[in-house]
Amino acid sequence: MAVIGLAAVADAVAPYGPNLTNSAAFLRPPAWQEGGSTAFLLGTDAIGRDMLSRLIHGARLSLSIGIAVVALSASVGVALGLVSGFVGGVTDVLVMRAMDILLTLPSLLLAIVVVAILGPGLMNAMLAVAAVLLPHYVRLTRAAVMSERGRDYVTASRIAGAGPLRLMVSEILPNCAAPLIVQASLGISTAILDAAALGFLGLGAQPPSPEWGTMLADAREFVLRAWWVVTFPGLMILAVVLAFNLVGDGLRDALDPKLKR
Amino acid sequence: MSPVVAARDLVQVYEVGRGLFREPGRLRAVSGISFAIEPGRTLAVVGESGCGKSTLARMVTLIEPPKSGALTLDGMDAVRPAPSERTRLRRAVQLVFQNPYGSLNPRKTVGAILEAPLAINTDLPAAERTERARAMMARVGLRPEYADRYPHMFSGGQRQRIAIARALMLSPKLVVADEPVSALDVSIQAQVLNLLADLQRDLGLAYLFISHDLGVVRHIAHDVLVMYLGLAVEHGPKERIFARPLHPYTQALLASTPGLGPGRPRIRLRGELPSPLNPPAGCVFSTRCPHATDFCRTDRPPLRPLASRLVACHYAERFLDDAGDLDTDSALRPAGGAAIASPSSVGV
Repeated sequence: MAVIGLAAVADAVAPYGPNLTNSAAFLRPPAWQEGGSTAFLLGTDAIGRDMLSRLIHGARLSLSIGIAVVALSASVGVALGLVSGFVGGVTDVLVMRAMDILLTLPSLLLAIVVVAILGPGLMNAMLAVAAVLLPHYVRLTRAAVMSERGRDYVTASRIAGAGPLRLMVSEILPNCAAPLIVQASLGISTAILDAAALGFLGLGAQPPSPEWGTMLADAREFVLRAWWVVTFPGLMILAVVLAFNLVGDGLRDALDPKLKR
Repeated sequence: MSPVVAARDLVQVYEVGRGLFREPGRLRAVSGISFAIEPGRTLAVVGESGCGKSTLARMVTLIEPPKSGALTLDGMDAVRPAPSERTRLRRAVQLVFQNPYGSLNPRKTVGAILEAPLAINTDLPAAERTERARAMMARVGLRPEYADRYPHMFSGGQRQRIAIARALMLSPKLVVADEPVSALDVSIQAQVLNLLADLQRDLGLAYLFISHDLGVVRHIAHDVLVMYLGLAVEHGPKERIFARPLHPYTQALLASTPGLGPGRPRIRLRGELPSPLNPPAGCVFSTRCPHATDFCRTDRPPLRPLASRLVACHYAERFLDDAGDLDTDSALRPAGGAAIASPSSVGV
């Protein structure tokens, strides 16, 4: 939550612009270490950019990557899974085999392939990660839809004259939503991680944008000389991923009907 | 009065896969059922599990079209409906399910559940729909203030009232009730049955009441249709059938219901329902019938009129003669004439 708040007000909070270089302060250590100054709380990187400012702006980028990717893959995935589970037959087979093919490839490898085809860049990296996450939503939705499809209340609505669209969206989908919401909140952390990994490999966000994975990649040659340029982006990724996983677990508990009344 | 629903020789066959290289089996779930129900009357369909009762309900409620046969609902052809009549047909018949815990969408409020049929089938404004939903809740004995609650906040009997209310929202002519009280406590069953009876009296509804509980059937039905393995074995007015069942299967069913009063002889049936994939060649009941002869095993008895009902047994007269009530029967015939006109008029 704190990270989201920070991301929202990044411009106001960050002491410097994320891409502002300071030729007088290369690889300055954090403030509490010898040689550091309070002007750059977490030190500076190889070309004198303030780490704290970059991390704060990076939160904005990473969070929007996570949310956008999940929104994209969840909406497409849920739609596909809903149709596949509800219609069945040939449609189902086609969709599911396509998803199986996506699932057979290791996720990062697949993402790299997608980016290699589309060319590096933040947008394309997001598309790639969305494609990697897609099968999970499709499978989850399809399974839930198939178990709900035969329920009496669906038949009742059909007898009342409801068309397939109404049956799918208005009757079945709300009853499948709980596991999907949990999966989506967990998916945000996966998306951030994958996007960071792509950034690290140089296929995601391109420098100089302050994406955490890209920052890690830029800094890896200074690992031994300046630990802070590598450590802080890594810690941010860790903290955010952990936070979203905890949110997912919390949502799972909150939405489980067995725990409700 | 013309019947609300008339079915003639309804047949439903399912293809059942039996492995890759064997040809699929043909499961005759319902193999030729005919009946008619007039407004304000109740036809109870009775039989054990797997005899095709629910398949019959699915055909009558238009969930699945019959393989063959004719079905007329409120004067409209329901098997091959004219496009202009489709909506009207949809509204003519509604279903009440057995399990009130599964038939209500847990994510919708009662008000939304009741308004949905109106939203789909009419262009009433939202305020009017709410008004009608609340009126219907009051009609089935629920407080209209409960409209904002979710189904899980209600008891089984209340949920079944909601399900009945939903079925009535479109003012159907026929309500198919698939074991509507068998999932309820005995104390609640009577309340729901009385509600159904009140609604029938006030609205002139016709019920197709599917049940295996003969006590319930005795309470609510006007006519009874006994099914065995997809076929009608006995069909006629309740009083006649309960007083003197003429088919050995009906006799066994009636003898198996617990009751107070002097002990009646129990008829024990041996064996199980034969597989509908491979029904017996002769009378469907011949494998378990205590009276079966070789003739029964080779020759299927037709459903024929006898003693103001229809019965499918070669030896039905025997059970009539034993009691010697042929005379009383013919004396009663004028009174029961209207009631039996419906099954016989649809052709046997």
